[in-house]
Amino acid sequence: MARRRKIGNAIVYLILIVMSIVWLFPFIGLVLQSFRGEYGGMVNYLVPKEFSLVNYQFLFSDSSKFIRWYTNTLIIALFVALLQTLIVICVSYALSRMRFKGRKALMNIWLVLGMFPGFLTMICLYYLLKQLGLTEAGAVPGLILISVASSGMGYYVCKGYFDTIPKSLDEAAILDGATRAQILVKMIIPLSKPIIIYTALVAFMAPWCDYIFASYVAFGNENGYNVAVAMTRWVWTNDYQGYFTRFCAGGILVAIPVTILFMCLQKYYVEGVTGGSVKG
Amino acid sequence: MGVNAREAGPIARFFRWLGGDLGEIGASFAQGDWKSKLSFLIMGFAQLCRGQWVRGLTMLALEGGILFYVFRFGWDYLRHILTLGVVETHKQGRITVWGDNSFLILLYGLLTIVAILALVYLWRLNIRQNREAEQRLAAGKRLPTNREDLASLFDKNFDKTLLALPVTGIFVFTVLPIIFMICIAFTNYDATHQPPAKLFTWVGLENFKALFGIGGEGFGGTFFYVLGWTLVWAFFATFLTYFLGMAVAIMINKKGIKLKKLWRTILVMTIAVPQFVSLLYVGKMFASDGLVNAYLLKWGWIQQAIPFWDNALYARILIIVINLWIGIPYTMLIVTGLLMNIPAELYESARIDGANAFQTFRKITLPYMLFVTGPFLLTQFIGNLNNFNVIFLLNRGRPQSMSLSNNAGSTDLLVTWLYKMTINDSNYKIAAVIGIMVFLVTAIISLVVYNTMPSVKDEEGFQ
Repeated sequence: MARRRKIGNAIVYLILIVMSIVWLFPFIGLVLQSFRGEYGGMVNYLVPKEFSLVNYQFLFSDSSKFIRWYTNTLIIALFVALLQTLIVICVSYALSRMRFKGRKALMNIWLVLGMFPGFLTMICLYYLLKQLGLTEAGAVPGLILISVASSGMGYYVCKGYFDTIPKSLDEAAILDGATRAQILVKMIIPLSKPIIIYTALVAFMAPWCDYIFASYVAFGNENGYNVAVAMTRWVWTNDYQGYFTRFCAGGILVAIPVTILFMCLQKYYVEGVTGGSVKG
Repeated sequence: MGVNAREAGPIARFFRWLGGDLGEIGASFAQGDWKSKLSFLIMGFAQLCRGQWVRGLTMLALEGGILFYVFRFGWDYLRHILTLGVVETHKQGRITVWGDNSFLILLYGLLTIVAILALVYLWRLNIRQNREAEQRLAAGKRLPTNREDLASLFDKNFDKTLLALPVTGIFVFTVLPIIFMICIAFTNYDATHQPPAKLFTWVGLENFKALFGIGGEGFGGTFFYVLGWTLVWAFFATFLTYFLGMAVAIMINKKGIKLKKLWRTILVMTIAVPQFVSLLYVGKMFASDGLVNAYLLKWGWIQQAIPFWDNALYARILIIVINLWIGIPYTMLIVTGLLMNIPAELYESARIDGANAFQTFRKITLPYMLFVTGPFLLTQFIGNLNNFNVIFLLNRGRPQSMSLSNNAGSTDLLVTWLYKMTINDSNYKIAAVIGIMVFLVTAIISLVVYNTMPSVKDEEGFQ
């Protein structure tokens, strides 16, 4: 029995080691390429012949707007994380704790709305934002606005968590003369720290990947790009050979803070996705 | 004749409700005092007279705002909504004379209709408020004061405070655009009919006829080809990641395996790193001049580069495989959390009965997981139907094929195809039709699966 378990464990270790290599390989490649001094796109060797910082120097030089794009994305991410979390908390509390006319109908309508492919509405949103002057150079506030405006529909995970907090607590608080608003601020929010961190984390990470809306709203104006749009263009441009290693360097600079943040808050993320998957 | 109350369908019920409601409005008018009567015209007037200026001013401001919008602005667009504009932009001599803008006519026309509906609703609410106030006064009770009205927004009516902003946001930035795009599916809005230079107009069901190939050339063949691949992709992307992710979670969880945290952290890297970085890089890795081909050539395993992205079958398989790289960690995290919920005694007794690892998995772990994660699987499936990032960042739906119309590629999902139509071809009318089709597919799958799911049918199981 012990022998069999040992063999079993050895096989598992082998699989895990192979998987780890496969999982990390692209990231190692990315890091190595970002330090490559030689010109060119994908080359047929992994370790650069000459290590250099030229790619990073390019990103911070005047000939690139990388800092601007990075700041754009960071601003969007911070605002979206803050405002979206607030809205999700409000909606979740109202739907979880309060009973009002049209509650079920509202939830059903939102469920159906979620079945439409999101960027079907892209052209229309573009025109709406354009009327407000929030496209092209004003893409940053525009993107914040459309991300936050529809965020109420993403209440499922948070509401599911609120549902697990016993109603008897609310009733006791009401007997003590607390208002609904006080219950939310003084009781529910402190009890829901993990899910609030999860909501904010997911909201913060999404804008770093946003390509579709960001590219459409910026509409070719370089000042309104976020990192995803700007750097995707580098890879797809005709001068891809010249920009590939720069893309890798920029990718590293984007990935490091987001990854560190994610790793620090991983515990809450796991709690959120696990709870969310069970609740549906 | 008359409709039997029990057999009344939704339409009959609606009219009965309408009849009752109109009767109540009439009664409110007939029995109300002169202040309430004047409130039919000047909303909030009676409330102001009774000292409820919070309610009164809100009503008055809303009425004023909506009427101002409708008459000052909206009507100009609404009156053209049946034609979507008739005056085309043209040149008089050397001066450009701007004509009607079909896009704005449709957009603001819809907004005006909605504003009018909102006004009707508020008007009805206003009448009801006054009637209740009168009845309260007649019964000798006092009306809520302004202070109480305001305070209730943080207590009894807190839901209204909380939901006002989110609902408005969703309405303006989701509902209105969706209604707008549904309307576009019934127009001829495309590259040759682009406002503001050109007009577009209603064409009825023409676009849907084109989709199903009724009367002449259609793109129905391409549509079903893309739909087929979308379903195949969603199926594999969902279930392969699900089962493999579960296997990985069980392996890491196995007794005697050390460094559990390390393995998990390594795998979770693909969730943490923004996808546009990782997927673009991996996509390039498999290009014909990419790293993978280079090494395979160097080692002499192949004689010439494998066209991963240029062969429809290779590209499809590769996309599903690369998606495992992204998807497995996600399932792993969820399953790891859930494994702890399975009572240890179940495993214990299975072990005593002499069950091996595979049997315990099949009889205990799998049924439990399927039961608990049913809703998750459904949302994953729906999410994969619309998984834009993986397809688009890896190879943009290539390879293109001559046999497909509207620039569809062999790995295009309905959504990436829709995106291309919008961005590259400005073929908005067909994009709108495809969007509606995506909605129908999603809705039908959700309904069918949801109604057959064990965790919905049998809520008590496993408790």
